[in-house]
Amino acid sequence: MPALPREEVAHLARLARIDMPDAELDHLADQLTAIVDAVASVTGAVAAAERATGEPVPATSHPVPLTNVTRPDVVHGVLTAADALAAAPEAEDDKFRVPRILGEDA
Amino acid sequence: MSDLTRLDAAAMAAALAAREVSAVELTQAHLDRIAEVDGPVEAGVHAFLHVDGEGALARAAELDADRARGEELHPLAGVPVAVKDVMVTRGLPSTAGSRMLEGWIPPYDATVVEKMHAAGLVTLGKTNMDEFAMGSSTEHSAFGPTRNPWAFDRIPGGSGGGSAAALAAFEAPLATGTDTGGSIRQPAALTGTVGVKPTYGGVSRYGLIALASSLDQGGPCARTVLDTALLHEVMGGHDPRDSTSLKDPVPAVVAAAREGARGDLTGVRVGVVAELGGTGHAEGFQSGVLQRFAEALDHLRAAGAEVVEVSCPSLEHALGAYYLILPSEASSNLARYDGMRYGLRVMPDGVHPSEVTAEQVMAATRAKGFGAEAKRRIILGTYALSSGYYDAYYGSAQKIRTLVQRDFNAAFEQVDVLVSPTAPTTAFTLGEKLDDPLAMYLGDVATIPANLAGIPGMSLPVGLAPEDGLPVGLQLLAPVREDARLYRVGAALEARLKADWGGLLLDRIPAWTPAPTIPATSLATTAGASA
Amino acid sequence: MSTTNTQPDLIAYDDAVARFDPVVGLEVHVELNTATKMFSGAPTEFGAAPNTQVDPTSLGLPGSMPVLNAKAVESAVRIGLALNCSIAAQCRFARKNYFYPDMPKNFQTSQYDEPIAFDGWLDVEVPASEDGSLPAFTHRVEIERAHMEEDTGKSSHVGGATGRIHGAEYSLVDYNRAGIPLIEIVTRPIAGAGARVGEVARAYVATLRDLLRGLDVSDVKMEQGSMRCDVNLSLRDAPDAKLGTRTETKNVNSLRSVERAVRYEVSRQAAVLLGGGTVVQETRHWHEDTGLTTSGRVKSDAEDYRYFPEPDLVPVAPDPAWVEELRAALPEPPAARRRRLQTDWGLTDLDMRDLLNAGALDLVEATVALGAPPAAARKWWTGELSRAANTRGTSLEQLPVTPAQVAQLQALVDGGKLNDKLARQVLEHVLDGEGDPQQVVDARGLAVVSDDGALLVAIDEALAANPDVAGKIRDGKVQAAGAIVGAVMKATRGSADAARVRELVLERVSVRA
Repeated sequence: MPALPREEVAHLARLARIDMPDAELDHLADQLTAIVDAVASVTGAVAAAERATGEPVPATSHPVPLTNVTRPDVVHGVLTAADALAAAPEAEDDKFRVPRILGEDA
Repeated sequence: MSDLTRLDAAAMAAALAAREVSAVELTQAHLDRIAEVDGPVEAGVHAFLHVDGEGALARAAELDADRARGEELHPLAGVPVAVKDVMVTRGLPSTAGSRMLEGWIPPYDATVVEKMHAAGLVTLGKTNMDEFAMGSSTEHSAFGPTRNPWAFDRIPGGSGGGSAAALAAFEAPLATGTDTGGSIRQPAALTGTVGVKPTYGGVSRYGLIALASSLDQGGPCARTVLDTALLHEVMGGHDPRDSTSLKDPVPAVVAAAREGARGDLTGVRVGVVAELGGTGHAEGFQSGVLQRFAEALDHLRAAGAEVVEVSCPSLEHALGAYYLILPSEASSNLARYDGMRYGLRVMPDGVHPSEVTAEQVMAATRAKGFGAEAKRRIILGTYALSSGYYDAYYGSAQKIRTLVQRDFNAAFEQVDVLVSPTAPTTAFTLGEKLDDPLAMYLGDVATIPANLAGIPGMSLPVGLAPEDGLPVGLQLLAPVREDARLYRVGAALEARLKADWGGLLLDRIPAWTPAPTIPATSLATTAGASA
Repeated sequence: MSTTNTQPDLIAYDDAVARFDPVVGLEVHVELNTATKMFSGAPTEFGAAPNTQVDPTSLGLPGSMPVLNAKAVESAVRIGLALNCSIAAQCRFARKNYFYPDMPKNFQTSQYDEPIAFDGWLDVEVPASEDGSLPAFTHRVEIERAHMEEDTGKSSHVGGATGRIHGAEYSLVDYNRAGIPLIEIVTRPIAGAGARVGEVARAYVATLRDLLRGLDVSDVKMEQGSMRCDVNLSLRDAPDAKLGTRTETKNVNSLRSVERAVRYEVSRQAAVLLGGGTVVQETRHWHEDTGLTTSGRVKSDAEDYRYFPEPDLVPVAPDPAWVEELRAALPEPPAARRRRLQTDWGLTDLDMRDLLNAGALDLVEATVALGAPPAAARKWWTGELSRAANTRGTSLEQLPVTPAQVAQLQALVDGGKLNDKLARQVLEHVLDGEGDPQQVVDARGLAVVSDDGALLVAIDEALAANPDVAGKIRDGKVQAAGAIVGAVMKATRGSADAARVRELVLERVSVRA
């Protein structure tokens, strides 16, 4: 199992939007390498099970399967703007005030 | 009535119904107990992050008035409860143990909170936990660790260490928990209390701050099996606001606990999970834990149960699958904490306020707001889901989940319940494994499989390990939707042990004395510290 | 990120399409007209005060959970069926993970590899060019998929010169739109249209809009954003060459702009390619004011949405019997309906175009359904009532008159109770709110004079006043009767039935003879 190099961890931290100083990246890279090493056996285990039975193992995403859970199209549980904005770090004109957004437009 | 806080919830309910005690008196007794033992963080149990004395007394007075008017009340009306801080409570802080949510006051109640309120349970406050329920020691709380009431230098387990410690320290007779990989059962084991993770979907997750949606399950904690059942019936049941909620009625767990308390398990087949401390798999299990576990099996046999060993070979990979699925789901569930809408907002260093961007604020907020364990798991989950790794990691982990389910299904063809030690060891010392995540994760080996498979599990105390005098828990597992079996077998075992001990294990807990000294290192390195 | 998009060299459109084969793909997002959001009970009213159409789930509050809107699923299935798609036996939602302040959870719940509808088609009728030089034709657009997802909130940018993101000091976010149900409809690459690729794209979006309106699943108001279009365009050397690198032009929000954006990208990409450059795979922004697209985000490997199945939702498995019920109850497709009505009503292509341009198809159909002859119904709605709508600065739908009232009016005409002139007067009074045509007739005594005796008196007076007319008629100049009819109509202030008057005049003259 390849070690997680620091650059990889730095990339992941950017994807996860977490600022991370170099020292933290190094430490985390070591720990994650060890963890990934320990958990990566799942891949081989699945392959072994599939070899043993000759059949693919289906994935389970819900432990207790259900289907078609819906609700009627009826309004309920609405919050007031005051409730919605009560916890906002900053608000203006009943909207959430956030620092300028880069990215989509230019 | 003296020492009200030592009663169990069923006894409190009876006293309230008989009007031997008022809800206000009962609430006040617990608030006094909390004041006595819970703080300050350096010297107390620190089971609570927030105590709502005023609200609790007001609610208790309301209930007393209702009772005086002769209104029909729920049997538990007036009994206090401690609520894990992962459950949102309208008007009360709900931080999930994170700086990220410090000061956030939810505008709504979790479904379980609504149900408990409707039943007349009196919320004393919110209990401490590992940040966003990530941890097995409660040391990852951003607000300082909780101590194990059995020994001040020990962890109470986690993530629900606050709820378990509150029960063990007689600060509350009932408490709530959430169990993603053992966060109800492992603290119960380490504090000599009882905790149940219901069948996935048995208790609504609406309003439970999500860690890993396909693994999380709310459940009851108490000091006796019957009390746990009483709370289970209040918390459980279908909720249209949770798409994964089962439509089934709540299992008749109270009746099962009452039946079990007669101590007769004739005809019940009990399977010892070989891979979890059974024959040839004792490595990593503390000898005193195995000893008390073996004695408990003798009690089960004596009660008439047939005890056999069964094998679930895929459990070997359960830990690996869990530590891929959990971080993956968590990395997504925790993405919303970004300083834009609620909670913490941190401005980045070295950027002029007029130049700062939302992206920079998000990254700075998440750097400051999350503790080391949260960051570790978020990065790990981001990795496991990223393109190129998804199939190998997340995809394989979901398939291991299928294999674990198959093993359990096969085992439950042979036996009615499965048993194992809840945790391989008794409570470790504060700080001992704080920066050794793998060692910490290994402690979850016995509890994780139930979450992967969605099956219900219970931990109940079976004695003290001879070598350290700390509580040992036994785990019971049952098939999906068969939560009642846990209660029947658990109550039978509890009845036999009580007869042996002449009372509950907790009766033997040393009297709490404020901790004289706290190792500074164990307190300093919690959330926010760079790993 | 480039912000200096100077106008690049363009190749004239005709030259570009002569040299390259353009291929277009369209992704259309449609907001459903459900009362509540895709995953929660918050309302969806357009234009409501900021942050009032929200609940814990649409704000992404800790602990909140999604529950799927049953109506949205039904609408999605109906859209899929109307687009001739297969409906998935079972499908799931996934989380698309990326950070953006207008997305409350920092992931979008969407369908990724398991859309509810897939593999369909829509026949698009491209009209002849205005000058008639290019013929009308039909193009079958293949639908790759239609899937369910949720909308994001809306941010506005404060400070800076233009109100756009660039140069803004901060942004304000309103989450009213967050969580509104969206259906994203994605075509396969549309090839083979050559120079008329822009018209096909436009006609596709127009046809889709009509189809969705007919299904009553969306307001489909492009100007309000309830229908939004992204245009993917690429050029290749020849129809048998493999597809070129495409650009994705976002938020092209009018029919006209769809065609303009296609043409602009054809010209721009042709210029890039002929200049020896390569087309960059990127998102581009459409500028309605200038008719240009400018470079946005470059698609890169760094973009990793980390899709995984949404664990808070369970699979959707539409019951096949239910799907068949929905299929059976689908309205007739707009194009088929137009063809049928044109035939039934005996209209020329030009008549039909005028009817459609007037937006009167539904109203005429309703009026005919209530018993009016098609020609008469069409005449009222495209004539008198279109003028009235124009004068009042409103639309036909908004006029205070119903198909039932128009049908009743025409019935009065056909029954000889009103003539055209009177009918127009009655209609004015109906529009003024005086009630149904019959009520107006009763209240104002506007009925045609149908008493022959009274008419004969007037005819005799008129004949006396025009002594030469009777002779002319008797000499076979029957048209001379018109002068008498006119005089009688004048004398009765229009309340006579002109046809009856004419009959009586002819009778009278011959009787006298």
